[in-house]
Amino acid sequence: MAEPPHDRTADGPDRSPTARLEMTGINVAFGGVTALEDVSLTVEPGQVHGLIGPNGAGKTTMFNVACGLVRPDSGRITWRGEELRRLRPAQLSKLGIARTLQGVGLFPGMTVLENVMVGAHRHAKAGFFSALFAIPTADKDEERLRRRALDALAELDAVEYAGRYPGSLPYPVQKRVALARALVADPELLLLDEPASGLSEDEMHELGELIRVLCSRMSVLLVEHHMDLVMRVCDRITVLDSGRQIAVGTPEEIRADPAVTEAYLGDDVDVDADAAELGGRSAAQVPASTQEGPRG
Amino acid sequence: MEQFLFLSLSGVIDGLVYAAFALALVLIWRSTRIVNFAQGSMAAATTFIAVALIDNGLSYWLALVVALLSGLVLGAVIERVVVRPVEGGPELNAVIVTLGLFIAIQGAVALIFGVDQRAFVPPVSNRFFQVGDGFTLGLSNNGLYTLAAVLITMVLLIVLFRYTRVGLAMRASAFGQEVARLLGVRVGRMLTLGWALAAVVGSLAGILIAGDVAFISPNFMDTLIVFGFVAAVLGGLDSPIGAVVGGLLLGLALNYVRGYLDDSLLGMAALVILVVVLLVRPGGLFSTTPARRA
Repeated sequence: MAEPPHDRTADGPDRSPTARLEMTGINVAFGGVTALEDVSLTVEPGQVHGLIGPNGAGKTTMFNVACGLVRPDSGRITWRGEELRRLRPAQLSKLGIARTLQGVGLFPGMTVLENVMVGAHRHAKAGFFSALFAIPTADKDEERLRRRALDALAELDAVEYAGRYPGSLPYPVQKRVALARALVADPELLLLDEPASGLSEDEMHELGELIRVLCSRMSVLLVEHHMDLVMRVCDRITVLDSGRQIAVGTPEEIRADPAVTEAYLGDDVDVDADAAELGGRSAAQVPASTQEGPRG
Repeated sequence: MEQFLFLSLSGVIDGLVYAAFALALVLIWRSTRIVNFAQGSMAAATTFIAVALIDNGLSYWLALVVALLSGLVLGAVIERVVVRPVEGGPELNAVIVTLGLFIAIQGAVALIFGVDQRAFVPPVSNRFFQVGDGFTLGLSNNGLYTLAAVLITMVLLIVLFRYTRVGLAMRASAFGQEVARLLGVRVGRMLTLGWALAAVVGSLAGILIAGDVAFISPNFMDTLIVFGFVAAVLGGLDSPIGAVVGGLLLGLALNYVRGYLDDSLLGMAALVILVVVLLVRPGGLFSTTPARRA
């Protein structure tokens, strides 16, 4: 479980994470309704950064800003020391950013292995036309992608499902496959959108350990309802409430922060979280997590 | 019995051409959710290019290659320039755009090549094989050529979609554009490629039909659009295998109608089949469920 997923010598020297994601002064409004107001967030290299808050606080919106699905009305996003202007989802994988989706978003008509191979897409060496026409040269490439995908599945204990179709697998397995598909791209930043939803206690515990292993080679931004998981795995946590940032700090600081307790922990947290899982997303988050941002 | 065998064999050959045409429709439907009504005109255009080249002394095979390549370019350009703006929009817009293309391309072909019928000689004989004394087999050299051409095309498509990275990306784009985009797949390119490939397959169907009917005019593909569409719907529009099976079934059915009833009932028979399928199994005989092999 703890082994790196693939032979890194093939793709460059071993790296420890160095890239920092900085989002500063992010403002987002959906048709006059303020979703985020002057929110800033920094994911330090190799750290797990949690993003929490009550339903409708703007977590998913912030997340979608980070991956280009929602364009902020104002604010700066800096990644690897460069400002990302007009970030689009299609650029993510090239930038070394991978995200998982609420739900799983696996391709239904493709096997588990093929699904993961799509995630490794950017690591293919053969160009578009040689892949299309020069089948022999592209063959080696195919083999490499296949190996990579199998390694990623192995890291998540899902190799045995490689030939199955996603629809025939239990939900937790589908989530592991989706995570493998994100990891196979070997990202420097992993955006995890509610990875623990639908998982049992044990599975959630395993997920927590996996995330701690992952942050030795990538930074992680984690949106999650399950407080115990967040408190256990995060290095730093940002708390949102009604689109505003009300606290940022280590799990201990967050736990001790009276503003947080009032806004969030004072609520009946579990009822809240469970309701959110049962009902899907809260109303305020829907526009952000649908296929395309309001401005496409 | 002799007649049944004759009709069955020629039905399979006809069916394969319908299947190729249906496959072109399915390729486009799967990736962009658009029914390309212009498929027939596009194929007519490339077939006329082939005829013009052959009339100028080029060999059939060279003309075939040029026609298929021009189909590739035509498909890509049409997707990029005309269809892209209506992709993902209301379905009616796309329908109207492809219907408009259907008429416009047909008009352009008539303007460039004229409306007169042109002879099209297939590369091999159209004469049916005779077995023993007077027993006519519903098969000719041209039929065998058609069989081989369509089967080779299908195998190439299967190899492309199942075993290459580009095929993988094309399937991913078809199943979930947004997710594919997040994973770094160049979805736009894949859609263009899908249209280009479909146009090549459509062009091939056009040229095979031309060899069968021997005379072509700018609207010679019109009936084939109906048959190809019925074949695709028969198979479920979403399933390439369904398109092939649908094409074969339709080819057989229409040949039995032709042989046992009357030639003039062909169009009506196709529409009756279409209506029955839509009534009984609106999703087609091969309607896909998420877990099923596509």
